[in-house]
Amino acid sequence: MAGRRSLAPSSQVSFPRARTSLARTSLARTVLPPLAALLVLLIGWQLYVMLSAVEPRILPSPLRVVEQGWRQREIIADHALATLTVTLIGFGISLVVAWVLAIWIDFVPGLRTAVLPLLVASQTLPIIAIAPLMILWFGFGLLPKVLVIVLVTFFPIALGLIEGFSAAGPRAGALLRAMGASRWQQFRYVRLPAALPRFFTALRIGITYAVVGAIFAEYVGAVEGLGIYMSLQKNSFRTDLVLAAVAVTAALSVSLFLVTYLVERLVVPWNRAGAGRG
Amino acid sequence: MRLDDLRLAFPTPAGPLPVLDGVSATIGRGEFVSIIGPSGCGKSTLFNSMAGLLQPDTGRLLIDDIDRTSSTAHCGYMPQQDLLFPWRTIAQNAALGLEVQGVPRREARQRARDLLPEFGLGGFEDARPSELSGGMRLRVALARTVLQERDVLLLDEPLGALDALTRTEMQDWLQRVWSRHRRTVIMVTHDVREATYLSDRILVLGPRPTRIVKDVTVRLARPRTIDTLTDPEFLRVEALLLRELRGDGSAGPRASNSPATT
Repeated sequence: MAGRRSLAPSSQVSFPRARTSLARTSLARTVLPPLAALLVLLIGWQLYVMLSAVEPRILPSPLRVVEQGWRQREIIADHALATLTVTLIGFGISLVVAWVLAIWIDFVPGLRTAVLPLLVASQTLPIIAIAPLMILWFGFGLLPKVLVIVLVTFFPIALGLIEGFSAAGPRAGALLRAMGASRWQQFRYVRLPAALPRFFTALRIGITYAVVGAIFAEYVGAVEGLGIYMSLQKNSFRTDLVLAAVAVTAALSVSLFLVTYLVERLVVPWNRAGAGRG
Repeated sequence: MRLDDLRLAFPTPAGPLPVLDGVSATIGRGEFVSIIGPSGCGKSTLFNSMAGLLQPDTGRLLIDDIDRTSSTAHCGYMPQQDLLFPWRTIAQNAALGLEVQGVPRREARQRARDLLPEFGLGGFEDARPSELSGGMRLRVALARTVLQERDVLLLDEPLGALDALTRTEMQDWLQRVWSRHRRTVIMVTHDVREATYLSDRILVLGPRPTRIVKDVTVRLARPRTIDTLTDPEFLRVEALLLRELRGDGSAGPRASNSPATT
């Protein structure tokens, strides 16, 4: 945004190419440092375990985690798939709930002040207490897990949308009204597109919450999934396999997180152009 | 266009705050009229009332003898900020008003493309607003206003955000656009020279609660150029306006706590 007034018309021609190489270097700059840091951490961990001869039951070395995890790869993959399915279904429903609620609030005056406190209150519910109750009420199937995911993720998304719809500001609304735009046209031409950058920020927060929510709901009680796998391995003191499942969970979260960036590039190309210049 | 005794007061905790105190004026078809007044006098309130965004308490707004009070969509409205939307290309931004009117998207954008070269924006049809300079963005905003094909264009300090040099260029350019399209233009400004340079008539507003205290006709040939700036008539009008704005002591900056004065 800061760069929106700056311009050399002549730079326009070379702009797309410049943008691509910029994206590439900034990708390398974003991805390489954390990977290097992770590597250093793992090496330190490995060395510590080798030198202190701590019991694997207490703290397995990273190499052992990889080795044991690899032996169980098919079982872990099955559980990971179950978790991914639950996450996507729950998050999909959460998205629908968030959009419907946010649009409803946007169109009905006064609803925002009535509903927003309830939404905030919903976030203060301790999931650690609610999740077991969900299992108690709805069994070990899909429903309780989906409910937990919806409960933990719809709020940041709904809030991002509600605030995003107003992001273009009252003056943009006045412009549209002076053009003779209906409420629906104002929504379609200004409020909706203006909300998309914030929506994607909220989406990223939401998707990481969704994975954590799914794991947590499974941990409390499930037939399959990484959460119940971790719980079972912990109970048989297979710390290495717990950590292997943790690593898979992390990989899953990061992958989903990256997918949101890809979708954002397709849906909100203008935002990236602005960010690249700013 | 006729303003007939417009009155408007904003409710405040301390009681109603009168802003418009009987504004009346008749503006001829094709005239370029500037509205000028001391800071905080209610220019923007008057402007928004003319655009139909604010409803006056009493009084009427007539266009071609039809009552248009507090109805929108009768004027091309250009606010102070360019308000170009980053998710639209230049042509799409310019076409927005037509799309709102229900013109099919393809046709609206084609009409925008046809007009943009005249506004010095040929070749930028598919650029994003962030790639344009302030002056260019302003021309897109004006193209969007002109394209709506309203008889009356309302411009709210359109050049206020520009640097001095760009501003002078844009004044010449605004004059050219106006002479070619011959719409009625009502421009709110606080710049005495700009008003004198561009207008056929200048309406001077008094301090809040405001009404029109002076109606000045500018008898300068068109097109106006740099030489106009030293014309005795230009200097006469400029001095007259400055005297009128500073004149009676009450026109100085006032403490204001009303949203209407922004």
